[in-house]
Amino acid sequence: MSEQSKNFWAGARAEIPLLIGVFPFGMIYGALALNAGLSASAAQSMSSIVFAGSAQFITTELVHQLTPGPVIVLTIAVVNLRHMLYSASLAPYLASLSTRWKVLLGYLLTDEAYAPTAIHYEKEGITPWGHWFLLGAGLALWTNWQISTGLGIFLGTAIPESWSLDFALPLTFIAMVVPVLKNRPAIAAAISAGVVALVAYSLPYKLGLILAALVGITVGTVLEGRKSPKGTL
Amino acid sequence: MNIWLVMLLGGLITFGMRFSLIYLFGRFQIPETMRRALHYVPPAVLSAIVFPELFLHDGALHLALDNYRLLAGVIAVLVAWFSKNTLITTIAGMITLFLLQFFL
Repeated sequence: MSEQSKNFWAGARAEIPLLIGVFPFGMIYGALALNAGLSASAAQSMSSIVFAGSAQFITTELVHQLTPGPVIVLTIAVVNLRHMLYSASLAPYLASLSTRWKVLLGYLLTDEAYAPTAIHYEKEGITPWGHWFLLGAGLALWTNWQISTGLGIFLGTAIPESWSLDFALPLTFIAMVVPVLKNRPAIAAAISAGVVALVAYSLPYKLGLILAALVGITVGTVLEGRKSPKGTL
Repeated sequence: MNIWLVMLLGGLITFGMRFSLIYLFGRFQIPETMRRALHYVPPAVLSAIVFPELFLHDGALHLALDNYRLLAGVIAVLVAWFSKNTLITTIAGMITLFLLQFFL
């Protein structure tokens, strides 16, 4: 198997545990969007045009409340601000790619594609075919999101809530973050971000998440700087 | 504003933010401190997503033995630590949650 397809399938495989959680999430979105008054074609298209789970849920809710369009657009922007962090985080590994690749991978850069890719890159460093990993993870998620949206639109939410499949997502994130916690700065970054996320949870538009991430990043960086002034990379 | 226009603008902004720094950092040198800081994005963001899912119930702190998600999360942390395997960890956490929900 070529290096390209090896990386591509590794990315797609890394996405599988996340899909357990994403699939019901997509179905719920599809069902809710119809209930909120969106047409089936608009509900389905949003999954490829916006392609961002939480922003789509919030948009659905705002459409339902007859919120003015510009307010919805602004809300989507703020809710998705965290993607700039992901973009910055992966940038060093994608720096040598053509603009065409960067456009494609930028489009596919969701929370669920970012998480396994970032962990993979931290482990492997910069490799010539690493971008195929993100492509594999991103396309696996994209395909899943389109299909689950469609099923939600036509079947409603067929999966009972008592199955708690939504919990598969935080579990996968746990599985990814624990092996990264190899030193004190990383542990401190994780715990401080987690605690701030709890305290700031009530902030609107996922701003609590962004604040928490920034605090965690700062704590980790400062601690690492103290340990070795020259920095270790 | 038409829903299609809302989606189009929302989608363009979302894409722009995802694409922005991948594009810019390819053209400019990333400062060393920033490069170092970026290594902490994964642990910080992932725990910022996970903590509320485990510790909060309807937005309020829920520290008790009947917080099954917290218990299942702790099991998942242990399984992740020893197995280093995402699929095994996810399945172990889901099974723990099922067992707690159905038998307690």
